[in-house]
Amino acid sequence: MWNSFSTDAPPAISAGGTTYAGANGDQIHAYVARPEGEGPFPGIVVMMHMPGWDEFYQEFTRRLANHGYIAISPDLYCRAGHGSPDDIAAKVRADGGVPDDQVVGDTAAAMQWLRSQPNSNGKVGIIGTCSGGRHAVLAASRAPGFDAVVDLWGGGVVAPKEQLTPKQPVAPVEYTKDLQAPLLGLFGNEDQRPSPTDVDKHEEELKKHGKAYEFHRYDGAGHGFFYYDRPAYRQQQAMDGWGKVFSFFEKYLKR
Amino acid sequence: MCTQISMRTAVTGSGKGTSGWFPISQANVGYDHATHSQLEHALLLDFVNPGLGASARVAVEMDIASGRALIAQLQAAIDEAERNGFTE
Repeated sequence: MWNSFSTDAPPAISAGGTTYAGANGDQIHAYVARPEGEGPFPGIVVMMHMPGWDEFYQEFTRRLANHGYIAISPDLYCRAGHGSPDDIAAKVRADGGVPDDQVVGDTAAAMQWLRSQPNSNGKVGIIGTCSGGRHAVLAASRAPGFDAVVDLWGGGVVAPKEQLTPKQPVAPVEYTKDLQAPLLGLFGNEDQRPSPTDVDKHEEELKKHGKAYEFHRYDGAGHGFFYYDRPAYRQQQAMDGWGKVFSFFEKYLKR
Repeated sequence: MCTQISMRTAVTGSGKGTSGWFPISQANVGYDHATHSQLEHALLLDFVNPGLGASARVAVEMDIASGRALIAQLQAAIDEAERNGFTE
């Protein structure tokens, strides 16, 4: 939980860049933050969002490490080159995004990387915001082995046929029957993608297949309400949401 | 939300980016999350040259009303240039 450390034992972490073999054996850049100490520690794959592999995501990854998780955030856009996060994101956006198959491959490899860490406790979760929430649901459904999934306002988990593209040919909700991990979803009721109706449809599918999940929907919040660097930030809803994220990961990854 | 609204067109001209002038070959137009402006979503206009790398980019974000005003002024400038026989 927030502020859950003792002042005589503040969390100690190390953080920085690395590379690992992702989809097709490509070397994928990633940002890793890990707690210091013997552990063992659970791992979390942190799925970047559409605006880019950016400073928010570095801080997000470090925050998870501060709370006792080995966290890896793959740069899903690194095949497009390197530069400022928004230049690279703009290039990828103009090219229609990254292919779902490639994302699943990069993410499954990141999960295996976490399990291979000498001080891993063997459990791995996945979390993402925005397109990262969609990717978290997609990857966890198609790549077995995740122990917990967190979807923060992922748009396009439910998508009509006309929104599908060659790079994103299947809406992740179609893979719900294959999801083997419990799912936490946080959504703003003012969001339009996913809209409350989209979230209803996702929930119906989870119930239909008897999946373990919990959804929380926030009034007065729209898309991106955790983003303290954006007008979308909603302090009360974000702090409550972070509490739910930590509780969920504690339950499924630490016990 | 991520709108997935992104389209492009080939262009011929020059743009001034962070490293000076460069030839632009493509204009990317979208409506999605803004990076800098205080809008949650904005018209995203990028003048780029993919052959020179991702940093060869002149980026602009604006609201819908500004986009409509820009379209009108672009059209007005083109019409006047053609009326006066200035176009190449």
